[in-house]
Amino acid sequence: MQFDILITGVGGQGTVLASRLLAIAAIHCGWTARTAETIGMAQRGGSVTSHVRIGDKHKASIIPDGKANLLIGYEPAEAARSIQKLATDGKCLVNMHPIQSVLSALDRSYTDTGQIRDYISAYVPDALLIDARKLCGATNVKALNIILLGVATGAGYLPFTKEIMMEVIQNTIPKNYLEMNLEAFCRGFDIGSKNQQ
Amino acid sequence: MPKQLVMGNEAVALGAIMAGVNLVSGYPGTPSTEILETVARKNPGDIYVEWSVNEKVAMEVAAGASYAGGRVMVTMKQVGLNVASDPLMSLTYVGTNGGMVIAVADDPGPISSQTEQDTRHYGKFANLPVFDPSTPEEAYHMVQEGFRLSEEVKIPVILRLSTRICHACATLEYPENLQQARQKHIPSGFVKDPNWVIFPSLAYRKHLYLEEVQTKLAQAFDRSGFNSISGSGYSGVATGGNTYNMVVEAVEDLKLDIRILKIGTPYPFPEETAVKFVSPLDRILVIEELDGVIEEALLQTCSQFPYRPVILGKKSGHLPLAGEFTYEIVKNALSEFMKIDSIQASHKESGKQERMAQPKLPMRPPVLCAGCPHRAAFYAVKKALKGKEAVFTGDIGCYTLGNAKPLDMVDTCLCMGAGITIAQGLYRLQPEKKNIAFIGDSTFFHTGLPGIVNAVYNNADITVIVLDNSTTAMTGHQPHPGTGATMMQNTSGKVDIEGVLKACGLKVVDVADPLDLRASVEKVQHAVDYKGPSAVLFRSPCIALVKRHPVMEINQHDCTGCYRCIKEIGCPAISPANEKVLIDDTLCMGCGLCSQICACQAIKGKEQKGKGEVSNAV
Repeated sequence: MQFDILITGVGGQGTVLASRLLAIAAIHCGWTARTAETIGMAQRGGSVTSHVRIGDKHKASIIPDGKANLLIGYEPAEAARSIQKLATDGKCLVNMHPIQSVLSALDRSYTDTGQIRDYISAYVPDALLIDARKLCGATNVKALNIILLGVATGAGYLPFTKEIMMEVIQNTIPKNYLEMNLEAFCRGFDIGSKNQQ
Repeated sequence: MPKQLVMGNEAVALGAIMAGVNLVSGYPGTPSTEILETVARKNPGDIYVEWSVNEKVAMEVAAGASYAGGRVMVTMKQVGLNVASDPLMSLTYVGTNGGMVIAVADDPGPISSQTEQDTRHYGKFANLPVFDPSTPEEAYHMVQEGFRLSEEVKIPVILRLSTRICHACATLEYPENLQQARQKHIPSGFVKDPNWVIFPSLAYRKHLYLEEVQTKLAQAFDRSGFNSISGSGYSGVATGGNTYNMVVEAVEDLKLDIRILKIGTPYPFPEETAVKFVSPLDRILVIEELDGVIEEALLQTCSQFPYRPVILGKKSGHLPLAGEFTYEIVKNALSEFMKIDSIQASHKESGKQERMAQPKLPMRPPVLCAGCPHRAAFYAVKKALKGKEAVFTGDIGCYTLGNAKPLDMVDTCLCMGAGITIAQGLYRLQPEKKNIAFIGDSTFFHTGLPGIVNAVYNNADITVIVLDNSTTAMTGHQPHPGTGATMMQNTSGKVDIEGVLKACGLKVVDVADPLDLRASVEKVQHAVDYKGPSAVLFRSPCIALVKRHPVMEINQHDCTGCYRCIKEIGCPAISPANEKVLIDDTLCMGCGLCSQICACQAIKGKEQKGKGEVSNAV
């Protein structure tokens, strides 16, 4: 068993929580998990990546190029930036809602995600591209990270069942936010199921 | 014992708790911060934990507790050890009583640091044993062995960590009931003895002891399970720390017949182990991040041999001298060393083929958060100094990000506390210019104070801008002397920055709310105009500590699309959209700075908050 997941996004989107949940789910299933996360200065709105390596063998914490079984992109440009990490048969799920950087807002260089969409699709023809922000509505944008985990589970991209993921969320997320996150996960799961290939 | 997902820093903390640590002190610094935080969170109740005012203080507090027989750990990032190096060097001579582990986190890259310095050198410099874990699991065991060893040889030990250990999570088995499972270490108490007072004659005797103990330590490390030899063949690769994992993975992927030397204790170097590794080999490649410490040690070991194998590494140009290593760097170096066509070797596992060129992607450097009061303070200072020749000296913290466009308000950044003193040096050589120093609240207490006293004593005409956001924000919101909160779940008297500035003898100390732009500009002008040292204290809490104000909204009818808001303040919540401007209401904190600079008064709070109404005033 070896399953490597890369999560990419923008600091503040909750990629650290997402990778922790996946790693805890792996341990729950009896596997060994290792993660590497961006913590520190880059968390202030910079590009961030979380690596989750599930398996029994001794591995480095960072996923080598061409080895990721799954890439979950929380933002289109950030997904495109790390797509070389994907293995030949790797799956790809991307939230296509763009987040401007301060620099791109200044020179208005990031106004269209069309080219990024083409690039990802050319690389991974069966990539699942969604607008998770539209899907979660205005009320719970904070749960976007959990929605994406739901989509990935529903699409069959993860080596975990819905029940295991729900249990991990239940045991990890603080009570006050639990209901919102479980609901978000289920909503994502339904979307993912419809897109199961 | 249940298996749990544990971060490297948490593993270090758990190891220390299990070893019966009595006191933990430190100063926050990425990537080391979570070690001390975890000890505080998992404190069974009888461990004293403190964020000290700086690393030198932390080291000395820990030393005192060790004199009294306590097991102590002190935590910091690599540049923090520079601050603590004064007590470190002398403490090595004086020696310790209770076991002392100095946990220091290096930062290859660097990702969040000023330097790429290699703490293993400090071991050699100070004659202290160094442990260098390759995984969080190993760190958990090393810290426990560290306490034992320190007590045996009566000097501190260094646990040298690095970002990919600190901020990696691993699957660790540890007891659920820490209080029950941990060693009970009862401090013996301080015993008066001339050996605690460092005098030249004692220093000489202690130096002899230190040299003697180095040989013993190297021999002990030869028997240590943290160093190992695996594999076979006539070629070898020597490595240690996090790089070991990449080497193992690449060797397996390339199916190499090669011997691997893993060094877990780089200083004193386990020479016998190295000789065992080297003996059958013709060629050796050394792969290690930061400096060529293992490489140098192997070169030295082999210099005694009549026949010497070829040793390649950083010095021979086979591996990069700077930066974080990746699997790809390691694999390519190994392929070249073993004369394997790397492209052919990686063919089977190669990723998806690129079918079109990557489009230009937006650059995304870290920025000040939306609503960050530092942005408003920088902007007010910029406005106040408009038209004047000024140099803005920065310091270490979130506010280093004030250097980014469009604020562009950090002209220098050196090390903790240096903003105030660099400004004084600049002033001496160019007194006609305005020299403005920025410093955060935690950094102010860390090493800012001597600079303030120096400015008053030597009458330097500088203006110090203290950015007080009531927390140590960059490292994840730790308390500091100005907050009155401690790591022992109690409160203490707050040290008042305004009072300290005045007590130091500053004649002008203005206090302002940076989110009130007009008043802030006036306060800064007043302080800058004063001939002599002056200060403005900007008080506004970090956005992570407060409930957000009603978010800002742009009246699309009134917005002329001039982009003044975007061009002036660079808030991540504001972006261009359809020739107008849009505020992302999930990011906006409602600080109201944009509403105070909008040229057409198009920005207002969703529920108007009053003071944000002023517009076009400055």
